[in-house]
Amino acid sequence: MTHAMDLPAWAAVLTALLVVLGAGLTLLGAIGTLQFGSFFERVHAPTLGTSWGTGAIVLASIVCFSALGLRPVVHELLIGVFITATTPVTLMLLARAALYRDRTEGDANVPPRSLLRSPGGSLSRDRSSDGPGESPSRDPQTPEVRPMTPI
Amino acid sequence: MNRVLPYPLLTAALLLTWLLLTSFSPGQFLLGAVIAVAASRAMAALQPSKPRLRRWQFIPRLAGIVALDILRSNMAVASIILGGRRRDRVAGFVAIPLDLRDKTGLAVLACIVTSTPGTAWIEYAHDTGVLLIHVLDLVDKDEWIALIKNRYEASLMEIFE
Repeated sequence: MTHAMDLPAWAAVLTALLVVLGAGLTLLGAIGTLQFGSFFERVHAPTLGTSWGTGAIVLASIVCFSALGLRPVVHELLIGVFITATTPVTLMLLARAALYRDRTEGDANVPPRSLLRSPGGSLSRDRSSDGPGESPSRDPQTPEVRPMTPI
Repeated sequence: MNRVLPYPLLTAALLLTWLLLTSFSPGQFLLGAVIAVAASRAMAALQPSKPRLRRWQFIPRLAGIVALDILRSNMAVASIILGGRRRDRVAGFVAIPLDLRDKTGLAVLACIVTSTPGTAWIEYAHDTGVLLIHVLDLVDKDEWIALIKNRYEASLMEIFE
């Protein structure tokens, strides 16, 4: 099992540093998830684990096995690529669910949907147009069908 | 060419993935090539929009900037967590009007924003192009808008549009 004896000192030190860095960042991310108060703050903490937490451990693995095998071993990079490409999917699902929940409950801490309708952020105009029985097609802020067609 | 290889980039990426996960030998190359071509032709049935890479030479520069930024914000968020609740840190939402419309470019921007600790992609309105992000340590809204627009969006627009 142990090939550690074959590992040159520089590689051993570098691997150890990177593993400790990656594990430490991931641990901090877990602590932050516990510590932060609201959903939208908590969502930031695990990102430590999915960015350089993963990245440092992947680099450690590359250094260790490249030094042991005397050839570049880079397939670990795929782990990083897959994690980076898939994390936004989960995050967006969770974030939009939380946003929907908070808006339905009328939480004043989350921005209303109308904020995204007017780039200038003129909320008062939007609010006034949000009458009962509004139809989305009549909304003065969203008359645009044209941008969907290729220019 | 278009019939046989509807998505040449996807095919190449799949083949490279196959070779990385197995070994670089002629047999694996052949097997990987067959699987990559078959998979990319199956992908054609889904008819995804074809990403156009206009200036791919900007990709390494953007990747380098992003990797360093992510490392820096890792340290920033780690210090926030270590510092506990003593600091009067303010978290908040920022609405950013985006000019980027390319779907692949937006997907890459989502990956960048999500992978950066301290910023989270929350909502995007397709019709107005306004992006809502949540920032853990919000000091100046305009600074964040300028950061996303100048640092990432400009590069992505150069690459994809």
